[in-house]
Amino acid sequence: MTKMLGLVALALALAGLAAGCGTTKKTASTGSSSCAKGDLNLVTAGKLTVGTDNPAFPPWYGGTPHKPWQVSDPRSGQGYESAVAYAVAKKLGFSKAEVTWKHVPFNNSFAPGSKSFDFDINQISYTPERAKQVSFSDSYYDVNQSVVVNKGTPIANVTTIAGLKPYGLGAQLGTTSYQFIKDTIKPSKQPSVFPQNAGAVQALKNKQVDGLVVDLPTAFYVTAVQVPNSKVLGYFAAKPGGEHFGMVFQKGNSLVQCVNHALATLRSNGTLKQLQQKWLAKATGAPILK
Amino acid sequence: MASEGDRRPDLEVELREPRGSRLLGGVRLQDEGAKGVAIALASTIVFIALVVLAITHAAGWPEVKRVFFDWGDISGSFPDIARAFVLNVKIFLVCEVFILVLSLIIAVLRSLPGPVFFPLRALATIYVDLARGVPTILVIALLGFGAPALQLTGVPRSPVFWAGVGLILVYSGYVAEVYRAGIESVHPSQEAAARSLGLTRFQALRRVVLPQAVRRVIPPLLNDFIGLQKDTALVGTLGVIEAFNQSQIDTSATFTYGSYLAAAALFVAITIPLARFTDWLIARDRRKRQAGSAFA
Repeated sequence: MTKMLGLVALALALAGLAAGCGTTKKTASTGSSSCAKGDLNLVTAGKLTVGTDNPAFPPWYGGTPHKPWQVSDPRSGQGYESAVAYAVAKKLGFSKAEVTWKHVPFNNSFAPGSKSFDFDINQISYTPERAKQVSFSDSYYDVNQSVVVNKGTPIANVTTIAGLKPYGLGAQLGTTSYQFIKDTIKPSKQPSVFPQNAGAVQALKNKQVDGLVVDLPTAFYVTAVQVPNSKVLGYFAAKPGGEHFGMVFQKGNSLVQCVNHALATLRSNGTLKQLQQKWLAKATGAPILK
Repeated sequence: MASEGDRRPDLEVELREPRGSRLLGGVRLQDEGAKGVAIALASTIVFIALVVLAITHAAGWPEVKRVFFDWGDISGSFPDIARAFVLNVKIFLVCEVFILVLSLIIAVLRSLPGPVFFPLRALATIYVDLARGVPTILVIALLGFGAPALQLTGVPRSPVFWAGVGLILVYSGYVAEVYRAGIESVHPSQEAAARSLGLTRFQALRRVVLPQAVRRVIPPLLNDFIGLQKDTALVGTLGVIEAFNQSQIDTSATFTYGSYLAAAALFVAITIPLARFTDWLIARDRRKRQAGSAFA
């Protein structure tokens, strides 16, 4: 008889669990359509919570690193993405003190479940496929892919896309660079994909890959700081329709419209262009690869 | 000195098939009969139903279902991952051969008796401690990025090569311990008997001790094979596109997780037959020994 009792107890416990889970259902986060500061659909009321990965690399983020941030400090307002985030925050009515930064690894930015950030700004390219799972803001930066190589290696003399075919190319996981290698360069060697920026950089240093495909501003950071004796071989013209970075939001969050509104103003009044000149000016002067 | 006929009552008792099924909690079917089966069946059905109910009624279930269990997503990513998985299988097969040899040498070194062999024993012990102490992913990263950084001529740069070396080094540590347990489980009288028949120490090891030792450790050995098969996914940290790395590429392209399930299915498709094969080997071994002991 004890067996039967045990079974009943088990059933009751699990039923309780099922019921408990059922009642925690959250209402859909649609929010209101007003962009007044008090009406925004935020993770923490009165605060704008912005996510990015840690370390946050220049030239996207700048400033002296301060715990818990490494390599740079997003709270400094320095670096392009930090500056854009604060400019958007200002347009939405937040003071600098009302912006909080959260460490959000790339993989967590699109993980299912409720988000810990209002938006994530971390060089994430918009694609229609990705936009089925999260909401993207409009472009805050139009991206060109580019190649970094070691000076004095055979690949360093290449001037065309077709010329890149016989080489071993690498990209960082999560970027659209891998897709670009596969679809546009179509190399004869299997490309490498590194989970971390550090691995990709080390592989280029070790000449385990001949070239690294990254976005153009990152390419200039790699050559200036991370891999001595390397150079930006060149960049590629954007695909038709272009590639752009967008901020990532919880799917359907009404905050997107307000951020897009702010971005549109910043674009039309020239702020975005100014910030690009200030933080990404070095990212020019590379030849185009055709 | 064939080991088939040796009586090892302790081991036989241990390996003998239990009378009732373990799955049914040792219930002896003929005694408790249909009642036990019915209770087990009912409890299983109720349990599964409630678990399914709990999961599908969770607040996040619709989203989880959409991003993890989209059939088009899973099957769409499958061909690329299957192609990448071939590399996992190759690494596994090649490494396994080297591991079996290297670890046997280490285990024999560790089991050498006498004060003369102390340095070799100590070396083998230190090796096993280090191999098991450092996380596999760290060994692979150290070798894969460190060895090519030396830029020595003739030293391969291939990340697959170095990841393979890392897996061999780490797993040899584990498998050596499995071998050693097997060697130590063979009663010293076996070696004494062999030596008294005029076999040299090496012959006694080769012909008497190791055959018995290896046969006893086949299940834990295959257990480590399964672990190795799964750890081939760590090669991806060096940029190599193997099954897990490919599934991560797919996930970051679509922001959905069907590709993870596709990769998991491929790994399971290899490891489950391996597990059943282990069971079969054990059963066959038992049959053989029981047939042998009839003549003893």
